[in-house]
Amino acid sequence: MEYLIGIQGPDYVLVAADNVAASSIIQMKHDYDKMFKLSEKILLLCVGEAGDTVQFAEYIQKNVQLYKMRNGYELSPSAAANFTRKNLADYLRSRTPYHVNLLLAGHDESDGPGLFYMDYMASLAKAPFAAHGYGAFLTLSILDRYYRPDLSRVEAVELLRKCVEELNKRFILNLPSFSVRLIDKDGIHDMEKITLTAK
Amino acid sequence: SVPVQEPFPLSHGTTTLGFIFQGGVIAAADTRASAGGLVACPAVHKITPIHSHLVVTSSGSGADCMLWERILIREIRLYELRHKRRLSIRASAKLLSCMLHPFKGTDVCVALTLGPRVIYVCSDGARLQGDIISVGSGSPYAYGVLDGGLSWSLSKEEAISLAREAVFRATHRDAYSGNNVDLFHIDAASFPLPLLIMSHYAFWMPHAARLYIRRCV
Repeated sequence: MEYLIGIQGPDYVLVAADNVAASSIIQMKHDYDKMFKLSEKILLLCVGEAGDTVQFAEYIQKNVQLYKMRNGYELSPSAAANFTRKNLADYLRSRTPYHVNLLLAGHDESDGPGLFYMDYMASLAKAPFAAHGYGAFLTLSILDRYYRPDLSRVEAVELLRKCVEELNKRFILNLPSFSVRLIDKDGIHDMEKITLTAK
Repeated sequence: SVPVQEPFPLSHGTTTLGFIFQGGVIAAADTRASAGGLVACPAVHKITPIHSHLVVTSSGSGADCMLWERILIREIRLYELRHKRRLSIRASAKLLSCMLHPFKGTDVCVALTLGPRVIYVCSDGARLQGDIISVGSGSPYAYGVLDGGLSWSLSKEEAISLAREAVFRATHRDAYSGNNVDLFHIDAASFPLPLLIMSHYAFWMPHAARLYIRRCV
């Protein structure tokens, strides 16, 4: 039902998420933000079971902030991703596993941009592009076809738009709008929401 | 989380709704408590004032909702006594959501919290703030009426009439919602005043429905 997508470029990461918060068949909110800001240059996109998403993402968010307060510097995206994965793995075989699928996107001064794919089984993979949700079945092939490691920012937004248009055309559920953010060495930038009218 | 086996059929039938408009916030709910096919009680208060500016509507298991309302009232009051300031509405909703999180999977209760905000808090830990929220088995029917008629610039009477109509239409179609409509209006100045309106009078005499106003102390 929910959709997340991330595209890594040479010096930026572009991420987008749909804006629907649903409860069974009802859209309760159509302007819901699924991205959580972990630090100045790290975003966590979180979808999955209703309460688990917010609880888990806020837990990670507060712990990343605590690390910064204790040590004086921020966690790198790779370290934050591994920390998140470790928490998912620890809870997986407990009585209360978190059923959440995540994309972590960030920019590191030394390593550059990074996009990390994590799922509810606590797997972690660094990937040039990734997507979560049923929409991923429709859009991963588009990303495979048109992605290049040296995409410009404008081209990446165009590629994102192609994916969203395909969802609008073929996906059975209506996902009217998507929040888009871009992370580069200057931090997190809000970009214009992608809103599609009925086809 | 692993779903827990229900010991017996729990009552979930309800229509509750809340929305914001220029004159404040309206909360409305039906008053039927159903247990399976039985109308266990035709005059239940599903909207509870828990603070001077805060009202909670409940849906789901009646006993659990009453318990959590009392716990929330206690916690808000304790916070106010300890910290000498009022807990904000979003913080109250977050407190309720965090208290409910360990009970995920037990289908405890689903509630709406209001003030000058409408926030949906669910027993599985979800917490959403919005402008129009409706919860319960009759909520799709209520949304149908609300989405068509709601705008920011409604007058207070129009908003009350719309809320009453939305709950009434839901009670007409949903077997598990019914009997009367409880309405609360919260604005900047006042303590929430409930307006009790007879649902079947509203159907037969839409312009002449009698209003019973009870001051809530």
